[in-house]
Amino acid sequence: MASTHVVHAHAAPQGFIRKYIFSLDHKIIGLQYYFLALIAVFTGMFLSLLMRIHLIWPTATLPLIGEIKPETYLGLLTMHGTIMVFFVLTTAPQSGFGNYFLPIQIGAPDMAFPVLNMLSFWTTFVGFLVLIAAFFVNGGAPLHGWTGYAPLSALPNAGPGQQLGADLWIASIAIFCIASLMGALNFITTTLDLRAKGMTLMRMPLTVWAWFITAILGLLAFGVLLSAGILLLLDRNLGTSFYVPLVVVNGQVMGHKGGSPLLWQHLFWFFGHPEVYIAILPGMGVASQLISTFSRKPIFGYRAMVYAIMGIGFMGFMVWGHHMFMSGMSPYSAFAFSLMTMAIGVPSAIKTFNWLGTLWGGKIRLYTPMLFAIGFVSLFVSGGLSGPFLAQPVLDIPLHDTYFVVGHFHLIMGVAAIFGIFAATYYWFPKMFGRKMNETLGRIHFFVTLAGTYAIFMPMHYLGMAGQTRRYSQFTEVAYQTKLVPLQTFMTYAAFVTIAVQFVFLFNLFWSMKKGEKAGDNPWEATTLEWTTATPPPHDNFGGRTPVVNHGPYEYSVPGAARDYTMQTDPATAPAH
Amino acid sequence: MSSIVTRDPRTFHGGGSELPPTDGGGGDGRGGGGSPDYGQRLRRARLGLAVGITPVIMLFVSFTSAYIIRQGLPTLDEQTNKYIHDWLPVNLPWVLLLLNTIVLVISSVTMEFARRHIAREAALAPVRSIPGISLGDEESFPWLGLTVVLGLGFLFGQWMAWKELASRGFFLATSPSSSFVYLLTGTHAIHLIGGVVALLYAAATALLRKPVEARRIVVDITAWYWHFMALLWIYVFALLEFAR
Repeated sequence: MASTHVVHAHAAPQGFIRKYIFSLDHKIIGLQYYFLALIAVFTGMFLSLLMRIHLIWPTATLPLIGEIKPETYLGLLTMHGTIMVFFVLTTAPQSGFGNYFLPIQIGAPDMAFPVLNMLSFWTTFVGFLVLIAAFFVNGGAPLHGWTGYAPLSALPNAGPGQQLGADLWIASIAIFCIASLMGALNFITTTLDLRAKGMTLMRMPLTVWAWFITAILGLLAFGVLLSAGILLLLDRNLGTSFYVPLVVVNGQVMGHKGGSPLLWQHLFWFFGHPEVYIAILPGMGVASQLISTFSRKPIFGYRAMVYAIMGIGFMGFMVWGHHMFMSGMSPYSAFAFSLMTMAIGVPSAIKTFNWLGTLWGGKIRLYTPMLFAIGFVSLFVSGGLSGPFLAQPVLDIPLHDTYFVVGHFHLIMGVAAIFGIFAATYYWFPKMFGRKMNETLGRIHFFVTLAGTYAIFMPMHYLGMAGQTRRYSQFTEVAYQTKLVPLQTFMTYAAFVTIAVQFVFLFNLFWSMKKGEKAGDNPWEATTLEWTTATPPPHDNFGGRTPVVNHGPYEYSVPGAARDYTMQTDPATAPAH
Repeated sequence: MSSIVTRDPRTFHGGGSELPPTDGGGGDGRGGGGSPDYGQRLRRARLGLAVGITPVIMLFVSFTSAYIIRQGLPTLDEQTNKYIHDWLPVNLPWVLLLLNTIVLVISSVTMEFARRHIAREAALAPVRSIPGISLGDEESFPWLGLTVVLGLGFLFGQWMAWKELASRGFFLATSPSSSFVYLLTGTHAIHLIGGVVALLYAAATALLRKPVEARRIVVDITAWYWHFMALLWIYVFALLEFAR
């Protein structure tokens, strides 16, 4: 075919709707995901505040909400967990920043399938609306927690929130699964097929590696969650008995027979454990990127980092049973799951030591994004250390249903991943909006958030060891727990302060878009491809050029080089390595 | 199989594909600007399809594991208060299902003919556009149409099989085994309907006079998806017949 290929930008859409609402541009879609997650995170945070208030002042009547009954508390708990895990921790780091920066960092003009990308965002959006709708239907939000254990989740008459609210919850999860699968398909195809000339796999920034491996995890895990959700919907609405054994509710024998509640747990946690890594891996990628950039040193052990990400992703699929030690399990299976879980400590430790090795002897620049990256490492270590405790069945059995577990997963999956999101926000803000975020406000935000989150979640470990059970709406009248009230009160006050300082972040975010210090194309003197293009990047990312990559992603302080950083597109003068 | 080789620099513009809509397909709305490199687009679409069928496989892996586990699971009997095995094997209407299988396999063959035919057409398109060159009228048997008819025939046959099961008293909620029969066959049927929609879309692109190279991409990946559906059905049938 004698065709003449002209490299030129496809026309950018002009109308507001095509440009900002139903946009095909991965950058706009990334921002849409980011702002959806922002709405979700403030919603989820508000719910957690209500729970903390209720724990300390169980009889308090709150404006707008009124009295919090035990079932209201459980509804808040379910919605807080579901919103945070799906619409914040899965949405912002992977779909938000991944959408915006994965194509640019590999030198592509867009995602492989732009229409699919748009569909994926709007499907996620619908999923969020469906979930929020569960608050407003008859009976309110479901009571079964974000894990939705059967038979509670499978029986519509098991509680006030288990009617339409639970159906909406399952529908929302199923919609989210489909959206995530579309997203994962796009990420994987883009990474494999659209890399610029010279962008070999081992020259990809660690952020791209993290997003790529996360997409693979999502591709394998969300299909299983979808299958679990389908079975649950059939059980609830069409009378099948996949999950429900012979069961009596309120003195009434249900029509179900012979189902296995454990089946739900297996399917759910087969998804649920990789989901933990879906939330944290992008944060690891961002931490690697930032620690190298702001230490002015190549990342310590790039290949080891890549293999560690792969190792964590691979092993993440073989440990789901450690969530089920309490549910009854053959001791042999428990032993295998326990051993496998502790083995994940090895690649995690490789990553931690490599971050410390990168910091060691570096010319560290402590800008706000770097502070959050270091904060990520801190939280990852403190949250991670309680992992090997819970990985052992003998220790997990007394600790499992206590605040110990709440403290563990909030530090490592919740706050660490959120710190990854903050680090990425402060780091890429100049590229996305052309201005830097305010440093002073950023520092205030960082130090108060770091101290505040530790003040909230560290005491939970002690509460757990003291035997305080989780998910209970009231404990102040329980004899052996009354001594724990002062500590819980302290945590609630810490939550007030930590939440207040998030509004400083919110103000900084929107104020800096208009009034922040103007930033050049490469304000951090970084090396990856997004810093070679204009700010904000043009519609096709590189303004008609296609970048050619000559260097690895982290060539800082190369001996003999003119500057202390070598951009990936700089001419290949130094001998290739 | 012939294909088009272009040696021009990659533009990366207008990439994208028309995937079958099951589990999220999508086109690319941006085709216009740069001239599209069809070889590249075909490769990308095939890669996208290979990635896209992975969650479908995971869905069936998940159902299969649940099926096998449930089979061996003892349940509490409320009369005797003892654990019993209550798995009731479902006798499938296997003659009918075998007939359906044959229909689906034949449709896979006709789909393959359609795929090869349009690949040849796409390869010859540049030659045909040279003035004064005539390749003669090639026979153009409506392979796509035949595939759609056979696909719908298979779905009708599945419907008949469900009616047959229902007439024997096996409904969705009758027993764990019948639940799984409906679940597995139903999920497969929904995915096959996605394939039929993709085929109808491919036929529509022909009517809309899209370039033959673009139509070839649609037909090509729909064909691979269709073959996957045939294999998946053989797997589901074998699982239900031999592991009951």
